[in-house]
Amino acid sequence: MHALALLAASVTVIGAIMVITRKVAVHAVLYLVVTLLALAALLVMLGASFAAMLEIIIYAGAIMVLFVFVIMMLNLGQPDSAREKEWLRPRAWLGPGILAAISCAELLYFISPFSASLHSLAPITAHDVGLSLFGRYVLMVELASFLLLAGLVAAFHIGRNRVEDP
Amino acid sequence: MPVFSFNDTLLLATILFSVGLAGVLIRRNMLFMLMSLDIMLNATALVFVGAGARWHDAAGQVMFLLILALAAVETAVGLAIILCLHARGRPTLDADTGNLLQG
Repeated sequence: MHALALLAASVTVIGAIMVITRKVAVHAVLYLVVTLLALAALLVMLGASFAAMLEIIIYAGAIMVLFVFVIMMLNLGQPDSAREKEWLRPRAWLGPGILAAISCAELLYFISPFSASLHSLAPITAHDVGLSLFGRYVLMVELASFLLLAGLVAAFHIGRNRVEDP
Repeated sequence: MPVFSFNDTLLLATILFSVGLAGVLIRRNMLFMLMSLDIMLNATALVFVGAGARWHDAAGQVMFLLILALAAVETAVGLAIILCLHARGRPTLDADTGNLLQG
């Protein structure tokens, strides 16, 4: 295995282990974001740059924002300033920061001219994925839309305000 | 020489899946259980993308897209359930305390 791939894989595994062992949920979310970023780097190394982009945009962007929203809504008891001071202490962000710095260094090495030998794997571009997605697998796209609609209805039904609670 | 062989992909995905499974089993906080489920879904998505790269087929990334949609739905519904339980005045997020369905 290439050294860069080994580095990204170890960042992924360390981040995942830190996610399931943290006590504070916000720390776990920070580690999970770093894990997803390192996993996106692994997907790039596998030649799936489109999947890596989606991983960063949807997973590390949208789904993690959902988690952060819910965590902030659950911690309504404490005053804001004390909580923010607690979150900004170095032990909250030092570990994820170090792992993210490793990933960032790897990215900088990727785009530097020293790494010309890495592109031996033929990439599968978004063009191929789109052709396959809307050609052979168009029925699965419809099923995924059904799933998303069902999830939307279920989340709305569960989260609506009940006034008639007996 | 490929950067990342298929065996390495399978090994890493197995480790990630085991970590996620351990998280579901040992944590009782529902937020952490959801995060562990996300880790497990990522491990399966990594297997699909690795297999797609191994046989140079775009179907692996198609499955990755579908897993992404599945993960989004699962996270949204799970977080809605957590918010609903919290709004009913439950003091903790322990999953073992929610063993009664009362409608």
